[in-house]
Amino acid sequence: MNQTNDTLLLQQMLRIRLVEEEIAIRYPEGKIRCPTHLSIGQEAVAAAVGLALRKDDLAVSGHRAHAHYLGKGGNLPQMIAEIYGKATGCSGGKGGSMHLVDESVGFVGSTAIVGGTVPVGVGLGYGIKLKGTDQVSCVFHGDAVVEAGVFAESVNFAALKSLPVLFVCENNLYSVYSPLHVRQPAGREIWRMAQGMGITARHCDGNDAAAVYACVTDAISSIRAGNGPVFLEFATYRWREHCGPYYDNDIGYRSESEFLEWKARDPIPRLEAALLRDGMISHADIEQMLDNIRSEIAAAFEAADAAPFPLAEEAFTHLYAQ
Amino acid sequence: MAIKTFAQAINEALSIAMEQDSSVICYGLGTDDPKGIFGTTLGLQEKFGPERVFDMPTSENAMTGIGVGAALYGLRPVMSHQRLDFALLSMDQLVNNAAKWHFMFGGRRTVPLTVRMILGRGWGQGPTHSQNLQAWFAHIPGLKVVMPAMADDAKGLLLSSIYDGNPVIYLEHRWLHNLKGEVPAGDYRVPIGKARTLREGADITITAMSYMTIEALRACDFLAGHGITCDLIDLRSVRPIDWDTIRASVRRTGRLLALDTGFTTGSVAGEIVARMSTEYWGLLKAAPDRLAMPDYPEATSPTLTENYHIRAEHVAAKVAKMVGAKSDVLELMPQRNHPHDVPGDWFTGPF
Ligand SMILES: Cc1ncc(C[n+]2csc(CCOP(=O)(O)OP(=O)(O)O)c2C)c(N)n1
Ligand SMILES: [Mg+2]
Repeated sequence: MNQTNDTLLLQQMLRIRLVEEEIAIRYPEGKIRCPTHLSIGQEAVAAAVGLALRKDDLAVSGHRAHAHYLGKGGNLPQMIAEIYGKATGCSGGKGGSMHLVDESVGFVGSTAIVGGTVPVGVGLGYGIKLKGTDQVSCVFHGDAVVEAGVFAESVNFAALKSLPVLFVCENNLYSVYSPLHVRQPAGREIWRMAQGMGITARHCDGNDAAAVYACVTDAISSIRAGNGPVFLEFATYRWREHCGPYYDNDIGYRSESEFLEWKARDPIPRLEAALLRDGMISHADIEQMLDNIRSEIAAAFEAADAAPFPLAEEAFTHLYAQ
Repeated sequence: MAIKTFAQAINEALSIAMEQDSSVICYGLGTDDPKGIFGTTLGLQEKFGPERVFDMPTSENAMTGIGVGAALYGLRPVMSHQRLDFALLSMDQLVNNAAKWHFMFGGRRTVPLTVRMILGRGWGQGPTHSQNLQAWFAHIPGLKVVMPAMADDAKGLLLSSIYDGNPVIYLEHRWLHNLKGEVPAGDYRVPIGKARTLREGADITITAMSYMTIEALRACDFLAGHGITCDLIDLRSVRPIDWDTIRASVRRTGRLLALDTGFTTGSVAGEIVARMSTEYWGLLKAAPDRLAMPDYPEATSPTLTENYHIRAEHVAAKVAKMVGAKSDVLELMPQRNHPHDVPGDWFTGPF
């Protein structure tokens, strides 16, 4: 198999999917003791953005960040260990699933307060501009974030100073159990609102990995060329419950049929089919890819399980820089 | 009287207020979703309609100011936050507008706004989903702050908060929602600013609030079996504080241990220790003390919360020491049969 961007994209999506599915399988064992938000169904955006960004570009995210962290190249064993609350986790067990970090690949951090990292990403952009590098700061966020005052304030500043910031909005139609229509006026598109605030904005099918990749690549070239921030809205859908491992289409806030519609637009088989059709990849290649991913994941979970918990005294460290 | 959970008591209070007063409205993230804010708002939208009971955009600051405006127009808004940490975005509206309006316009207008905030602890809530910042609100002149521990008080204080002419911060601990108690029927009110003495004893005064009261009860009942009796005062309101009740008790026992669910430095407990030390310096038999959370954020990993929270055994040990008892009584303390980071066996997360 020839490693192309498209096959890498597929590989990244499969890796994110299988990691998240493994977390979902293990979650009921009760060893993962922290709120955990899975990205199953939304892999295309994280994989494509991660691939389009350079390693030295920066990224921040929110509560649903596993995919963003992995897409950016974040260390898998350290993420799983963090979710298990282990000393070997990327935040030493202090943060859990909602607080991931891997600065070696530019993943600056994800936090749990809606909108909390949006201005942080813009601040990174300010730093980039001041130092004159051609890095990009990528802000991953959900559809609910645009309702927060801090979003408008951050976009305004990014536009004002023409900062190298890429806003990646995954519009999955829900915030917890609340559909868009109870939160935002009907007919107003998020990307158009960003456009109205003075920045370049586009929207794209977030379940079409190749299209996301093309869209993001364009945006990044424009940002690197010094044209200022870009806002991208991707339509996508989370398959499982907001927080936790199960499906919850039965509890009444959305319908099974809506879920099935989106499931039919699964980004993974979509890209797989295109690659098979174009002869870019064979079934054997895919099997090989899956085997490699599965052993990587098994090793990460085994290591996390075997790793020590932090000592209780560690709770009383890291309050101030020394 | 019926036996109800703390969450049901809140639901009943909201329902009664909305039933008898059409100016009461109820909103917040998840208010009308299938989980109904841990059950506390379930059924309200069906009963009172989507204009009075509604979900909101993720806009905590604006929606608080909108509550202030609605209150000025004559409504009695009840806003809910699933975590206090989310309400931090609204500090400007709470502190600069809600708390000040009556004062800064010469007493012309009142702001009858109730803001419910849920407090967390344990089970991976971590640094930004577990903060018990009652002291922040209690610090602000113009705000009232209540922290019920019992189901009947949950109802009675919520009704009083809704009908109070001032902004009231109503803090409810996630670990209390499933606790049951007898709850009086009807428009039952508990006055804001009045504590409740839950145990009477001679050796020491213990003040507590919210979930800490539950741990304190366990400690008091255990100690009573070993000859140490405590006055346990459940503060219920942390602004205003019922100083008369605390004074009367401390005068009698000569000892004070103040408990708090929040960080130690700058805590409500610290305020109680300071005031009682100043007023009763001469008659105290031991230095007043406090037990509160360490001055560190709460971490996520279960081992990192093992030595972090104050539990009944810590309260009992502290009391034993303060009254000069042999601390080996503590070895007799019954062990809990569930992990330290959950309120009981029934709790499996994610919240
Ligand atoms: C300020 C604040 N308010 C509320 C919450 C609770 N909360 C956690 S995740 C979430 C949903 C956010 O939705 P969205 O941004 O669309 O992301 P998604 O979960 O859909 O990926 C909410 C409301 C929070 N963490 N912070
Ligand atoms: Mg969403």
